[in-house]
Amino acid sequence: MVTNKFDGAIRGGKVIDPEFGFGKDATILINDGKIAGIEIESPELKKQIEKLPKDKIVDASGKLVVPGLVDIHVHLREPGREDEETVVSGCRAAAAGGFTTICCMPNTTPRIDSQEAVKFVQDRAKDADARVFVVGAITKNIEGKELAEIGDLVKVGAVAITDDGNYVQNPEIMRRAMEYSRMFDIPVMEHAEDQFLSVGSVMNESFQSTRLGLPGTPSVAEEIAVLRDIALSRLTGARIHIQHISTKEAVEAIRTAKKEGLRVTCEATPHHLILTDEEIGKEFNTNLRVNPPLRSARDRDAVIEGLIDGTIDCIASDHAPHSAEEKDCEFDQAPPGMIGLETTLGLIKAFLIDKGLLSWADAIRKMTISPAKILDLNCGTLAVGAEADITIIDPDKQWTVKPKEFFSLSRNTPFDGYKLSAQVYKTILGGRIVFEK
Amino acid sequence: MSQLSSRHLLGLEDTPESDITLILNTAETFSEVIERTIKKVPTLRGITIVNLFYEPSTRTRISFELAEKRLSADTVNFSTSTSSVKKGESLRDTVQNIEAMKIDMAVVRHSSPGAPYFLTNCMDANIINAGDGSHEHPTQALLDMFTMRRKYGRLKGLRVLLVGDVKHSRVIRSNLWGLQTMGADVALCGPSTLLPREVEQFGCDVYTNLDEALEGVDVVNVMRIQLERQQAGLFPSQREYTNLFGLTKHRLKRLNKNFTIMHPGPINRGVEISSEVADSENSVILEQVTNGQAVRMAVLYLLSGRKEELA
Repeated sequence: MVTNKFDGAIRGGKVIDPEFGFGKDATILINDGKIAGIEIESPELKKQIEKLPKDKIVDASGKLVVPGLVDIHVHLREPGREDEETVVSGCRAAAAGGFTTICCMPNTTPRIDSQEAVKFVQDRAKDADARVFVVGAITKNIEGKELAEIGDLVKVGAVAITDDGNYVQNPEIMRRAMEYSRMFDIPVMEHAEDQFLSVGSVMNESFQSTRLGLPGTPSVAEEIAVLRDIALSRLTGARIHIQHISTKEAVEAIRTAKKEGLRVTCEATPHHLILTDEEIGKEFNTNLRVNPPLRSARDRDAVIEGLIDGTIDCIASDHAPHSAEEKDCEFDQAPPGMIGLETTLGLIKAFLIDKGLLSWADAIRKMTISPAKILDLNCGTLAVGAEADITIIDPDKQWTVKPKEFFSLSRNTPFDGYKLSAQVYKTILGGRIVFEK
Repeated sequence: MSQLSSRHLLGLEDTPESDITLILNTAETFSEVIERTIKKVPTLRGITIVNLFYEPSTRTRISFELAEKRLSADTVNFSTSTSSVKKGESLRDTVQNIEAMKIDMAVVRHSSPGAPYFLTNCMDANIINAGDGSHEHPTQALLDMFTMRRKYGRLKGLRVLLVGDVKHSRVIRSNLWGLQTMGADVALCGPSTLLPREVEQFGCDVYTNLDEALEGVDVVNVMRIQLERQQAGLFPSQREYTNLFGLTKHRLKRLNKNFTIMHPGPINRGVEISSEVADSENSVILEQVTNGQAVRMAVLYLLSGRKEELA
């Protein structure tokens, strides 16, 4: 093999690239911010590498070298709530969590339902520590009433549409959104939760809500929403992506839809893979309030099973920053959401990989190429010529979650004090080290 | 046992039998005090108690206030109709301001389940839950148990039926936990739309037919039905609720001899209970109110940690 020209190298690590192979002890060559090659070092290459300036060589021995992680469900609170997160701070949190590409949701203030709003976020992300792709709104102001100017949004780079946070309750509007999306072949991402069945609710409906006297949303709120969207996808031929799936029945519905060959994908969050509603009654911790809510063990187990068998395509954090003031209150008064960019990798390692439920290769696939393919993003691999977006992981390094040390501007995680495994060692974006431990 | 296992009373779900027994035994002493001409003892002299009422309440607030005064505590009331953190001061700020005035104990009524637990993280005072949303109302259940124990001399083995809006009733939840801990045989009855999800996990009999539910019961504790549940579409009309779940005289024959009728108030006469039943000789509804005094005095005294003679 002829070695391409290169100006940097990552040596000694165990490379996991779901697209091209696993577990190779190879050296990754970088040139001008792009991947120039992945090679087993010959004596000649070794000599060449050692001619590079020291700061251009990363020693990754004992580490895992993977494509930069991809999170397609992130809330950056800019514009509107820059006290909770900005594009820049969110990207720093992403880098610290090993993510080099994130997709931001449009439920900011104002909403990302116009070209100006898309461009604003893109502009803010220009020199940030992660690549940001914008997901535009399905409907104007995320109100579920009239379609947003989706063509306009796509023209300036929106990669998908969603009204995330709200379910598009009216099936006629959703049908038109799906039909319309086909012209651009973008996925319609759906927060699948029937809003009549979930009105006023603050947790899952189960014996736990019964015990605590808190209003609950039944799992059928998600099942019904998912079944409707599957039916509309069948009608329209649209690509749909179900966000943060949380129930057994919804996982089964998607499994069936995939067998039928419909263009349906879905994601699961670390918290729905790990936590259940039984946590809430312990301390009424408002950081456990999230939409969709933490479910019962049967649902959690079904989501894990769906992730393992491929029904669930990817892991996404649904990173949702909220200010400490807004979360320091009565449980039912707190806004829903928790942050996740800086804990996702460690949680997946400690709760899925270490328990033998998921291999490293599958975990990395579900955080790189798989989400990238859902939204046609040109990332998530270490292919020669690709952007040198690379995450180096210290795979068995134990660490404790300390929200005070987060790069995110917010601290709302229920995992405070959790002992996790696998720490991000370095995050490289376009050949530039954007985070190192 | 002369001390409670906790310095707060947040609910009965985790309250052990020994604590409940201690409270009920202590309440016996105080019930004697309130029958005296001078209904006041110096037990909590120098202790300051705030009654934090974030939800309207008449009888619970008066009952606590009287209990506090009869124990010679200094009391202040904080009442507000809004519990929304979006308007004005947060709950944490409010109670920290109040505590800065050197408060020893706080009695809390709030519409959010878990609000009393939240307060234990905001202040050092002993917290007493006087009703938190649909979660718990432990002193109401304690006074209900006290009333039953007085009449029957025991709680163990009593068949107690709780009738009404099981989904939203904090009184039902606290009664259920407390009575189960004390070895009573609890049953629930209400419209299926007001039975919460997985209610069978409470581990008691659940009925939607009141006549069946009343069979072999010693104590019927009837809950107030809120009109807004009908407006929320949970049952079709007040008329139909009364037909199906109203406790009327002709239904009483299914009960055990020496049965007891209870209601935590306020009563909707002619809706969940007929006047005839509410005012009958088997009704202990007003005794419940009287006993509430003694039980709340006992709770306040025991949580205060004071070692002085009770009376």
